[in-house]
Amino acid sequence: MNFLARTWVGEWLTGLGRIAVMSRDAVMSLLTLKVTWKDLVYQIYFIGIKSQSVVLVTGAFTGMVLTAQTYFQFHKVKMDTATLAVVGVSMCSELGPVLTALMVAGRVGAAIAAEIGTMRVTEQIDALRTLATHPVDYLVVPRLLAATIALPLLTIESIMLGIGSGYVVGVYLLGIDPTYLWFNMLKYTGNIDLEIGLVKSFVYGGIIALVGCYKGMSCGMGAEGVGRATTEAVVYSSIAILITNFFLTLVLQHIALMLL
Amino acid sequence: MIEVRQLKKQFGTQPILDGVDLRIESGESAVIIGRSGGGKSVLLKHLIGLLQPDAGEVLVDGENITHMNERQLLAVREKFGMVFQGAALFDSMTVEENVAFPLIRKKKYSAAEIGKRVAEALDVVDLPGTEKKKPAELSGGMRKRVGLARAIIYEPRFLLYDEPTTGLDPIVSDSIDQLIIRVRDHFKVTSVVVTHDMRSARRVGNKVFLLHAKKIYASGAPEEIFTSTDAVVRQFIDGVADAKETIL
Repeated sequence: MNFLARTWVGEWLTGLGRIAVMSRDAVMSLLTLKVTWKDLVYQIYFIGIKSQSVVLVTGAFTGMVLTAQTYFQFHKVKMDTATLAVVGVSMCSELGPVLTALMVAGRVGAAIAAEIGTMRVTEQIDALRTLATHPVDYLVVPRLLAATIALPLLTIESIMLGIGSGYVVGVYLLGIDPTYLWFNMLKYTGNIDLEIGLVKSFVYGGIIALVGCYKGMSCGMGAEGVGRATTEAVVYSSIAILITNFFLTLVLQHIALMLL
Repeated sequence: MIEVRQLKKQFGTQPILDGVDLRIESGESAVIIGRSGGGKSVLLKHLIGLLQPDAGEVLVDGENITHMNERQLLAVREKFGMVFQGAALFDSMTVEENVAFPLIRKKKYSAAEIGKRVAEALDVVDLPGTEKKKPAELSGGMRKRVGLARAIIYEPRFLLYDEPTTGLDPIVSDSIDQLIIRVRDHFKVTSVVVTHDMRSARRVGNKVFLLHAKKIYASGAPEEIFTSTDAVVRQFIDGVADAKETIL
């Protein structure tokens, strides 16, 4: 056991504990409304507006390929008009939130870790502390808040694009009847699917911001340390999103069944 | 008053400080000298709570800051200003935003008042007219001046300088020394300067501490230290390497 504690297991558990402490500090700071609105608006711009191209391409092409693949299978059993219903449910509750989060983790998580990591190695974080500013208040809270606001909005955009592009592919490329295609999509895609997707994207926004901030604030010295922190922020937040997705799916579907 | 009692710190298995004791009275200008990598900056960071000791105590105005958490330390740090070795300016901000940062965070000053105080602080460090420049556009000496302006704008009682003249040419070093003296006399602050520049130490300090072998080896007025006949003190002041340590 002692051996395990000294290897990556101990390191991993220590990291989890530190992220938990940082999350607690961030939530406590949020409750006291210490956030600087100018920083929050900039972060929403950086995470939301600057991620547009990534989200547009991800949403549109995921919807298109899912429509085509579903159609090829459903066509065998003459269920062509159910194609967009599958795309709708998948985009709302799974693919929309998860793929958007993974793409944003790659772009935003890396940028957060690199920026904060560079601040750490150039003593800017120590300078913040000497200026009586808590690094969590100034660096983590605006990013956490912005990511949890921006990611659900980006996810809605991705879902709309996925379903829209799927409709275009289904109707104009694959020749499916547009009325039944749209009717079935509305019939089988419920509000609850969208709500599940939004809850997930809110959680993923938190994961991306917290892992990025933690990796930046704990990065090693020098350019190598910043490089490693950046890579780890993307890898760990992506893994955390995929693992969390499984458990969130089970829990949220269970809650949905109880509510319906 | 800052007092350090039996301070011990190690990183991993490497001991850096092993029982450091020192006392700096209010209004004093203390200089901590010692070899590179000897733990001077580590000691300085303990004075403001940026590092937590493994053992020992740090008292600021009689208040033990050793076991305070980060939020409790924020109140203590309002008494301090610190100038970092690399200036540690926020590179995404202009000079004006950097200097104004502490006042903006306090949220109790009007924009006009902040502007006036930024101009005054930049005037004190002889950098008027640089408000709109980014740190990357400044020389090393200018960056340290901006760092000093940022540290004095909220008029702290203690000013800590981490190697203020390292990496600067002798003329710029001299101007930084003069600035430290001017700020000390103008704001009546207690200064703690970490340096291995003997000329600077002699000029800015009225008390000198020599950190050697992880402890304060000698302390006293500059004239006492600089005229000391102790072999270790003389070796450091005269800058003589041991034959064993000479790199051939």
